[in-house]
Amino acid sequence: MDILVNEKPYRAPSGATLFAVRDLCKPQADVVIHNGFPAGADQVLREGDRVVLIRRGERPPREELEGLLAARHTPGVHERVKGACVGIAGAGGLGSAVAIALARVGVGHLVVADFDVVEPSNLNRQQYFVDQIGLPKVEALRENLERIHPYVRVSTFHGRLTAANTPELFAEVDVLVEAFDAADQKAMLAEAFLCRCPGRPLVAASGLAGSAPSNNVITRRAGTNFFLVGDLESAAGPGQGLMAPRVGIAAHHQANAVLRLLLGEEPC
Amino acid sequence: MLKERQAMRITINGQPRETTRSTVAAILQEINLSPERVVVELNRSILPRDLFAETSLSEGDALEIVQFVGGG
Repeated sequence: MDILVNEKPYRAPSGATLFAVRDLCKPQADVVIHNGFPAGADQVLREGDRVVLIRRGERPPREELEGLLAARHTPGVHERVKGACVGIAGAGGLGSAVAIALARVGVGHLVVADFDVVEPSNLNRQQYFVDQIGLPKVEALRENLERIHPYVRVSTFHGRLTAANTPELFAEVDVLVEAFDAADQKAMLAEAFLCRCPGRPLVAASGLAGSAPSNNVITRRAGTNFFLVGDLESAAGPGQGLMAPRVGIAAHHQANAVLRLLLGEEPC
Repeated sequence: MLKERQAMRITINGQPRETTRSTVAAILQEINLSPERVVVELNRSILPRDLFAETSLSEGDALEIVQFVGGG
């Protein structure tokens, strides 16, 4: 009978049981998942069953982990994004969430730039932890990405982006994500990248503060290679702070726009 | 005596507009946008902000203007 063990086809003798397959394939496994549910007791397997064998705390080797992740993606997606390089300018509320989404989907190389360190007030929306307070955001993000997908390559730049260094730092990227906070810096980056790296798309964000309706955040085309996420109005300021839900919505609009661009589809 | 400048028709973000302003910088001032916070495409090419003041507009020009707000 043909079954899947850790997402790979496996031919088991007819009448084989779950634990017999475990003992043959990975006797050191201490967690056995049978068709999506943790198995407490041994049982006879059937044609087409899915068995996942896990040893707690073990990091699966690269090919096995890629196979396990690829099994959860639409066919063809993983192969296409694995070869891609995406730049992320700013590792705050937007950038940290975009990086995590793109690492989970299996983008092969991320280039992240930020000058800042993790502060306690960042934890209301940014993808960092209490024990990372004081670390440069790019280092904290690298650690977190490593824990999510150790085989994504992460290049970091800890410093300020300028019109002069932006084209060089993001020379290799297929798409750049603008994830800054200050409006004039957003405009500076967009202009520098779109002028000096022609032909490559930019996915920027504007208008995502506060708790206005989620559906006001949209993805629109704002120029030839220029996509813009947000409601264009909700500026961060007194009385309208940046909060995890809406910042997360905008970040995931950006991440999905990047994914669509990498797959050759229009973001909106 | 200065002759009054003739109005020309341009489009801004797809909307037709009549203006007597002759440069990109003057248009931004007319519609109350801050040059430091905008990205401008003129006829589908990005226009760097240090050229706003010297770039003249002509009848039929198409401007795409995005003004950023803060937050991220």
